[in-house]
Amino acid sequence: MSNLLKNTIRFVLFIFVQVFILFKIPPLHRFVTPYLYYLYILWLPFNISRAGLMLLAFIFGLSLDYFTHTPGLHAAACVLIAYIRPFIINLLISQDGADKSYASPSITSMGWAPYGTYVLVLTLFHHGYLVFLEWMNFGSFWFFLGKIAATTAISMLLIFLTELLFYRKEKFRTNAA
Amino acid sequence: MRNVFLFIRRYANFIFFLVLQIIALSFLIRYNKFHEAAFMNVAGEVTGKLDEKYNGIEYYFQLKRTNEQLNRENERLNQMLRENFEGTDSSKRMIVDTILNDSLKRIQKYFYLRAKVVGNTVSSQANFLTIHRGAAQNVKPNMGVISSQGIVGTVVNVSENYSSVMSLLHRQYKVVVKLKKGGERGTVEWDGASPMYVTLKDIPKSAKVSTGDTVVTSQTSSLFPGNIMVGTVLEIVDDKSSNFFTLRLKTATNFFNVEYVYVIENIQYDEQKRLEDSTRKKFQ
Repeated sequence: MSNLLKNTIRFVLFIFVQVFILFKIPPLHRFVTPYLYYLYILWLPFNISRAGLMLLAFIFGLSLDYFTHTPGLHAAACVLIAYIRPFIINLLISQDGADKSYASPSITSMGWAPYGTYVLVLTLFHHGYLVFLEWMNFGSFWFFLGKIAATTAISMLLIFLTELLFYRKEKFRTNAA
Repeated sequence: MRNVFLFIRRYANFIFFLVLQIIALSFLIRYNKFHEAAFMNVAGEVTGKLDEKYNGIEYYFQLKRTNEQLNRENERLNQMLRENFEGTDSSKRMIVDTILNDSLKRIQKYFYLRAKVVGNTVSSQANFLTIHRGAAQNVKPNMGVISSQGIVGTVVNVSENYSSVMSLLHRQYKVVVKLKKGGERGTVEWDGASPMYVTLKDIPKSAKVSTGDTVVTSQTSSLFPGNIMVGTVLEIVDDKSSNFFTLRLKTATNFFNVEYVYVIENIQYDEQKRLEDSTRKKFQ
């Protein structure tokens, strides 16, 4: 499957799963909002340009926003993680040059620990910024901290399950091919 | 000049990042203030269609409860039918005065439009409903929305065939209500904690309140006709430092399974609003 087609299908699927499944779950507690949709941005290929990545993240976030009637909220958080993503990848895999041999960030291309760190850091940035914007409108400082912690925990669990269920095979690319 | 171009080239990504952030945040701030945002009308039509498709499936799971609610409402309305009441003693004759104003004629001020809920959230801090009735069916912003059980929210944005309703479960939503027993007015807000409960503020301590009391809408809100159920008092918080009670209410509407609502049109809303605004301007 071509990269473009694969990512277009993922775009639609991630939005639908977030809107029609995860947002429909009756809330356990006000701190707990299950977020998974931004995994789309984490899964995008290495070779996409930085400006293209940010533009795509903006459109992706805005399409979710139109479902939740909060235009700009998720778009802002998505653009932030799209901006930070290349820095984190450079930090985590500078040695073995995996970004040349593999197509996109995953457990096989980066290894368990670096990939886990990559997901955790971007999750924290995403939720931190999202809850910060919410906190500007209302809420207290404990709301801010508690919601980041609880939402990050539930997101990490969801991402872990998604990685196990939809294991992505990554082909090792050589110059010969 | 050359340095400027070099600077832009060097920091192109960062500048692009800032531009996108500014666009996103301006959307957000504008929407929070005026509830109108770029392309929201167009996008509302698309998301509304998708929500409707989803609701087509979800609807079957709620059918039994929805039926029961509609049945109960029919029963209540049947009780009010004219045939159920006997006329008054006709030995007394009514003499109509020669004044032109017919004081017996009542003018209908509120009109009800039936609508189906196709999208609804309860899990966020800013919850909205999408209903399948829009500008083409005479829905305008600032119309009250009720369900058969109680109030639901206010229309904030309309597209051709769909409207967005700011739910009672939105942190910025406020509505004037009154206690059914004493008539003391206060404001209902949502604290964001649980979608089952809302907070009623500014009820003076002179009011006689007990748990289980009914709270209904007040006609001063001008969005809703009077005496529509809002909720029942669950807990009375007696704040010693203030002259007002803070009451916790259980909402009358069950937001988890609301399927049909009525949009209320107040035909004198614009006139009242204009008068109030001009009065406010006069004394500023």
